[in-house]
Amino acid sequence: MATRVETAVSVDSVTIHRRAAGTVAVVGNPNAGKSSVFNRLTGLRQSTANYPGVTVERRVGRGVFGKTSLDLVDLPGTYSLSPNSTDERIAVDVLFGRVTGTRRPEALLAVIDATRLYQGLYLLQQLVELGRPMIVALTMTDAAQRQGLRIDYAALQEALGGVPVYPVVATTGRGFPALNEALGRLLETPAPRVVEHWAELRKVAAQLAERWHVGGVDLHPIEVERLLIDAGTQTAGTQLQEDLAAARKQLFGGAPPLAVEARRRYAWVRATLARVETPGSLVVSRGAALLEWINRPWPATALFVLTMALVFQAVFAWAKPFMDLIDAGISAIGAAIGAWLPPGALNSFVVDGAIAGVGSVIVFLPQILILFLFIIVMEDTGYLARAAFLVDRAMRVVGLSGQSVIPLLSSFACAVPAIMATRVIPNRRDRIATILAAPFMTCSARLPVYALLIAAFVPVRPVGIFNLQGLVLFGLYVIGILGGVGTALLLRRSVLRGENPTFILALPEFRMPNLQTVGLKLLDRVRVFLKRAGTVIFAVAVVVWALAYFPRSAAVDEHRTQARTVAAATLTGAELTKRYAAIDNEASAEHLAQSWLGRAGHVVEPVFRPLGWDWRVSAAVIAGFPAREVVVAVLGTIYAVGGDADEQTLAGQLTAARHPDGSLVFTLPMVLGLLLFYAWCLQCAATLAVIRRETNSWGWPVFAWTYMTALGYTGALLIYQLGS
Amino acid sequence: MSDLKPGDRVRIDTIDTADPAVQRLMVLGLVEGAELKFLRSSLGGDPLEFRIYGASISLRRAQAQHFHVSQLGAHGNPG
Repeated sequence: MATRVETAVSVDSVTIHRRAAGTVAVVGNPNAGKSSVFNRLTGLRQSTANYPGVTVERRVGRGVFGKTSLDLVDLPGTYSLSPNSTDERIAVDVLFGRVTGTRRPEALLAVIDATRLYQGLYLLQQLVELGRPMIVALTMTDAAQRQGLRIDYAALQEALGGVPVYPVVATTGRGFPALNEALGRLLETPAPRVVEHWAELRKVAAQLAERWHVGGVDLHPIEVERLLIDAGTQTAGTQLQEDLAAARKQLFGGAPPLAVEARRRYAWVRATLARVETPGSLVVSRGAALLEWINRPWPATALFVLTMALVFQAVFAWAKPFMDLIDAGISAIGAAIGAWLPPGALNSFVVDGAIAGVGSVIVFLPQILILFLFIIVMEDTGYLARAAFLVDRAMRVVGLSGQSVIPLLSSFACAVPAIMATRVIPNRRDRIATILAAPFMTCSARLPVYALLIAAFVPVRPVGIFNLQGLVLFGLYVIGILGGVGTALLLRRSVLRGENPTFILALPEFRMPNLQTVGLKLLDRVRVFLKRAGTVIFAVAVVVWALAYFPRSAAVDEHRTQARTVAAATLTGAELTKRYAAIDNEASAEHLAQSWLGRAGHVVEPVFRPLGWDWRVSAAVIAGFPAREVVVAVLGTIYAVGGDADEQTLAGQLTAARHPDGSLVFTLPMVLGLLLFYAWCLQCAATLAVIRRETNSWGWPVFAWTYMTALGYTGALLIYQLGS
Repeated sequence: MSDLKPGDRVRIDTIDTADPAVQRLMVLGLVEGAELKFLRSSLGGDPLEFRIYGASISLRRAQAQHFHVSQLGAHGNPG
């Protein structure tokens, strides 16, 4: 024990901000307003990371309540302690202290929706049995009031074995002073009295816990209860399994334990509900009637199509000015630094490698922000669940469920967060099929490639009320969707064969989005995206730059110097500047031809020749495998339009490019094949990494890469060979 | 429970519990004795949406047919 030092500063006020007095788990049903409560209690003092081994977000925030500071852990929403998805498993594992790196919570803050007490009470009863200090924040009390619902808080507290109940409204902050005060006292709050409702289970679990303890296995009796009921939970040791099987037989006979538990607990829930809640007379307001109408199949479909149209319009039209601004800014920074650094390898590395490489990704930030803003708002209002309900039937045709629609929509911006969003899908086969379909969707990194090739080779010609260029772009989106859907169907019919996925989803009531929640989630997305741009993409940019820059040929430089001398002797003024630029561009093209990348292009050219590609296109495609958007920059260098590849000039160069025998490289069949290749090929290291992490195997990313590359190649080959 | 009209109120009488998905639904409160209101079916007639004590739950017909129900009158009386 350290010596106690008396100082003028109160020890309390010093330690408060340094170390939390304890860890409190924030636990509750999905859509109960848990995140809003968490955000209100911790503000911006929170950090997000992943739990080890999975990409479930671990949100921890520090809150100061009176003189006590507590670490709040926002657990994924769950309906019970019987986990059904990765998210729910994490919630349960944290509660039992089974997650490395996360302290077992000393106390609980349960967040329960007052309008859905029925399901809330089920979870509350299980939480009370954990025997830890606990309080309940009852949210949506304003909505309950509007519905005429009357809740007897004292009776509720009594039914929960003395757990204090605090009514709050997370959107306005009503009730939070009392909740804050209660949190300050939480660690000293006595644990709830456990209402004995299933004595036999409790007794058997306690006996087993005791027996196993002797054998060296330490489990809390409640954990043993979970093992008895959630038969799927794996445990080591055949002795344990045998004990469990015997106990199950004694307790449940042949009935499924989970069904028996649900019956018992809901019997208590209904009895409690009758004492605690007085249902109101449901007054149908005009707003409710409108929502009711909009939920009908056809109005809902119209709304869905309209919403999707709005999202795409926003992502592609509204983001444009911001993207142009960022693009101009990055070019200006590159030019400024390029002029300041002496010419040479360092200059090229900083300007062409680092700034251009990372810049080419940052430029997508506005699109990704807008898309995520829409998705987060749709999620927060409860619309996403409605959309899933609407399209479930259609998704079943390809062996997926409505729950796949959310990840698949996200992947129109970027497959990486989309694949992370699949973790809400409980069925593993279903989830993997969705993960493999996601990279087919036209992500924002494919757009620059599409834009370049379409602008150069597809004529501006009206087709009805549309334009041919627009139609081709639309066609590419359709091709991406077909590729994804076809893949899902194929997988579900072969390696991922299994019964039709189920669709069990709680449909939340429509509610106004909470600005703080939306803002924090959006901020989080930006952080993840920028982190990726700063690490993975940066590394890729550097490698591609090095491959394209080394080895340097002295002969090329010498040739360049000679040409410049000749030009200086014959030309002056603007003519000379133009000539200089042309000479420099030719020199960089020659350098590239001799670089490792250029040589690689020559080596693999035979592989791609059946697609009509020359070594230049082959080299650009190789460079694009780690990150497909790189290809535009590489094509720019390779076709000698200088580092600052403008789409218009580059398009002009491309149309003029010829094979050694004089024939045009970019014929229409070749371009269409190249576009198809880009639509289907998996050229993204970040996506592969996230597939690896999410499926926890190397097999799936390797399969995805091989399969998609083969598909893109075959498609391009067919189009070129049939079209030429 | 798989062939109801929107607005129908029912009480669950018996459940075939073998399907694990049915057990998940029981954890969400679809147990014997629970009273539900059928709200609507989605585009193409599936999935279905039910209201159960203030909460909305959707499930497919394939699971709904494992729940055997009896109709209730407008005020919760068998009718």
